[in-house]
Amino acid sequence: MTAADWAAVRLTAELAGLSTALLLLMGAPLAWWLARTRSAFKPLAASVVALPLVLPPTVLGFYLLLLMGPQGPIGQFTQSLGLGRLPFTFGGLVVASVIYSLPFVVQPLHQAFEAIPERTLEAAATLRAGPWDRFFSVALPLARPGLLTAGVLGFAHTVGEFGVVLMIGGNIPGATRVLSVALFEHVEAAEYADAHRLAGGLLAFALTVLVVLYAVNRRPRA
Amino acid sequence: MIGARLHLQRPGFTLDLDLKLPGRGVSALFGPSGCGKTTVLRALAGLERARGRVALGSTVWQDDASGTFVPTHRRALGYVIQDAALFPHLDVRRNLAFGERRVAPGARRIALPQVLALLGIEGLLARSVGTLSGGERQRVAIARALATSPELLLMDEPLSALDAARKAEILPFLERLTHELAIPIVYVTHAMDEVARLADHLVLLDAGRERAAGPLGELLARPDLFLARLPGAPDDAGVVIEAAVRAHDDAYGLLQLGFDGGTLWMAGARRPTGEHVRVRVLARDVSVTRQPPQATSILNVLPVQLDHWQTDGDTVLLKLRAGGCTALLARITRRSVDLLALQPGDTLYAQIKGVALA
Repeated sequence: MTAADWAAVRLTAELAGLSTALLLLMGAPLAWWLARTRSAFKPLAASVVALPLVLPPTVLGFYLLLLMGPQGPIGQFTQSLGLGRLPFTFGGLVVASVIYSLPFVVQPLHQAFEAIPERTLEAAATLRAGPWDRFFSVALPLARPGLLTAGVLGFAHTVGEFGVVLMIGGNIPGATRVLSVALFEHVEAAEYADAHRLAGGLLAFALTVLVVLYAVNRRPRA
Repeated sequence: MIGARLHLQRPGFTLDLDLKLPGRGVSALFGPSGCGKTTVLRALAGLERARGRVALGSTVWQDDASGTFVPTHRRALGYVIQDAALFPHLDVRRNLAFGERRVAPGARRIALPQVLALLGIEGLLARSVGTLSGGERQRVAIARALATSPELLLMDEPLSALDAARKAEILPFLERLTHELAIPIVYVTHAMDEVARLADHLVLLDAGRERAAGPLGELLARPDLFLARLPGAPDDAGVVIEAAVRAHDDAYGLLQLGFDGGTLWMAGARRPTGEHVRVRVLARDVSVTRQPPQATSILNVLPVQLDHWQTDGDTVLLKLRAGGCTALLARITRRSVDLLALQPGDTLYAQIKGVALA
């Protein structure tokens, strides 16, 4: 593999790792809220979270581009903070990845939280655990299989994104040129041997991740 | 003193109660399913929001008049439910420690080793909760609640998920617990045998309202309450008598018990003299005669006074007093009432066919 391809591998891993960490941090409270709330906004919130599942990535990318561009509200905000503009930067890719992979993280967590019986949480309350305490000492540990699924799916899905990356990040080596884009470029240039190495690697990665995930989650809960 | 004024409106159900429970001993909330017993307990715990006021002694947990509502985790209570609700991700030891370590060391009045011994679970500490039997789970759940040194223990049908054998395994532990720990217990159940064995104070609930409340002995002896007709308690009308072991007749395997108003013989193994026992005498096991019976096989014949009676279908429940104080119930036919020309105040002889430990 070329040095450029290795740079793409490293960039992809950084992007997926950072996005997954942010996704878990934001996704866990969001999923907890979705699992517990009786708010009238719940269907709307759940739908917004699920949107990336059904929207073409280019639609998402297009609107993100507008929002983060010089005239967009996010763009104006980041410029006022002195951060510059997000499109065609690594930061922009992270923001886009987090939004694009959100349902893959929130939905397994939502299901895991919903599966925790109300009486278990009530038992914790009668044992002097306040709301935050219940979340960290009961809900999160009981949702561990869901947490693992969420992390793995979030990471793998970020590694595999293409459309949004192309719209938001473009193809800047070392900044936004991730594996899927590098692969596309090899194919365009008819460098099939290079394309095979990246495509085969991604295929093996995805398969390994899923096999490990299913094997771990199949283990009976003690 | 536990005071709870609760009002709650739900489709098809209204709870409207002004409960006053003694600040010691076991208060049983008894009634058919759907009468609101569990809702009352949940409201006491703050898990359910009813309108009104809840106070334990001078500690106010809820007072809508002043906008006070103490959340569940700040109430010094223990709560045990039917299915134990142990934490599956923690072993027994860490389940027990969960509540204990959330209580300031200065506020820990109950030592965990004492609780473990009371409930006989010292040997289970390293076990995963998934490997426990139903009875063991329930005992661990009770110990977990006690480990927080609660000022009030709420128990919602803690034995109803268990079969008769498991229930018999836990009842002695519960009994010891109620005698040895000075914690008031509110105990929800629809099982008369648990009430007879554990309760000191009884509240009868029906359709979200209090039908009657008072000391167990008094309430059970009221023929008008039709405790016998409650679902799941076929002809269970009867009284509970507090007694003490007086003597033994080893040759015939009998125990003599003394109570306020007389003595009773009961079949049973030897027990230490002076030991306190609680016995049940069912109304259907008591008959009455005008004259002291001669040469009868019935061991227990007590002179009694007829207080009053209540017709209950084709039968009549007589309320009798032995020695002027202890109440008994007798179930006889309406014809017998007429044949004997019974009048309140009559002196009669109660023949008691069966006496059993509660």
